[in-house]
Amino acid sequence: MNQWFMLTVVGKDKPAIVAHVAAALFEGDCHLGEASMLRIGGNFTIMMMVKHDGNEKSLLVLIEPVTQSLGLRAHVDRIDGELHHHVEPDVCITVHGADRAGIVAKVTGALVEVGLNILSLESDVAGTEDQPIYIMSIEGQAMEGIASLESALSTLVEQGVEAHLRPIEAVFA
Amino acid sequence: MAVLDIRLYPDACLKQRANAVECFDGELRTLVADLDETMQSAPGCVGIAAPQLGIDLRIIIVDASLRKGVENHGRQVLINPEIISWDSYVIGREGCLSVPDFTGNVMRAETVTVDALDVNGQSQQFEFEDFEARVVQHEIDHLDGLLFLDRLVSRRSDLFVRKNYKNKR
Repeated sequence: MNQWFMLTVVGKDKPAIVAHVAAALFEGDCHLGEASMLRIGGNFTIMMMVKHDGNEKSLLVLIEPVTQSLGLRAHVDRIDGELHHHVEPDVCITVHGADRAGIVAKVTGALVEVGLNILSLESDVAGTEDQPIYIMSIEGQAMEGIASLESALSTLVEQGVEAHLRPIEAVFA
Repeated sequence: MAVLDIRLYPDACLKQRANAVECFDGELRTLVADLDETMQSAPGCVGIAAPQLGIDLRIIIVDASLRKGVENHGRQVLINPEIISWDSYVIGREGCLSVPDFTGNVMRAETVTVDALDVNGQSQQFEFEDFEARVVQHEIDHLDGLLFLDRLVSRRSDLFVRKNYKNKR
């Protein structure tokens, strides 16, 4: 019986990994759902929804030739696959500044307390080795309204965090 | 008046260039009324283009007044619309009746000046800004067989393209 799995693959980045993984899955009669691939700190990372007629082990066996030849590690979890039910974010928050310990915990902690449901978060360290800067972009749902988020952010700004909030007003047409 | 079926991507009618309207008659008015009723039947919808109903004509309706708190010209029927000037660019989120369950970021001009005809064939000109400008550009794209999917930009690139762009010019 076809079942959804979350397939996670990580390893040292090199060209053509996605193509090889996808080809192995296609040849193994798998069906792909949503996926997110990112290069993080020089590492290849991907999480993909895979529909597969088998179990965790048989899916790992299917992609083993690719993961072995490319030096990747794979992990599989059985999941409830839900497609066609996207939750739309209504707020975008960006944070940047000199990199310092605890910034993610501080910002996300403050925002979650006033009703932010984070739907996506991406962060990067840029700048130079001597002077790293931290950049974070969050999209989410303001479950208790945007005003409470703005107020929490202004407290963070007073504490020296450079943070901006922008409502996402999606045009639907 | 009637609510017509919305064509969904990948329907081929959404990828064709539509023809200019030449006849400003009762049939056109009925068509516009159907477009309007179909738009209003879709919750949250602020614009519609004839190709979304499988009609191969350059007709759009925009109504940014349906969204609270945005500047607008009310409900406008724009026939054979042409953008004659653009100013400043900004990224914003769009969704489409013809592409259910997906929204994406798209770069659009912040201000556009549009020449168009009304249902009686009289020429009119508008300057649209911000949210309303985005709706108009989204709809005019439909007349040229373009969907917002053709213009998607990465969500990550949102960070540094902001409204104060134009102040730096």
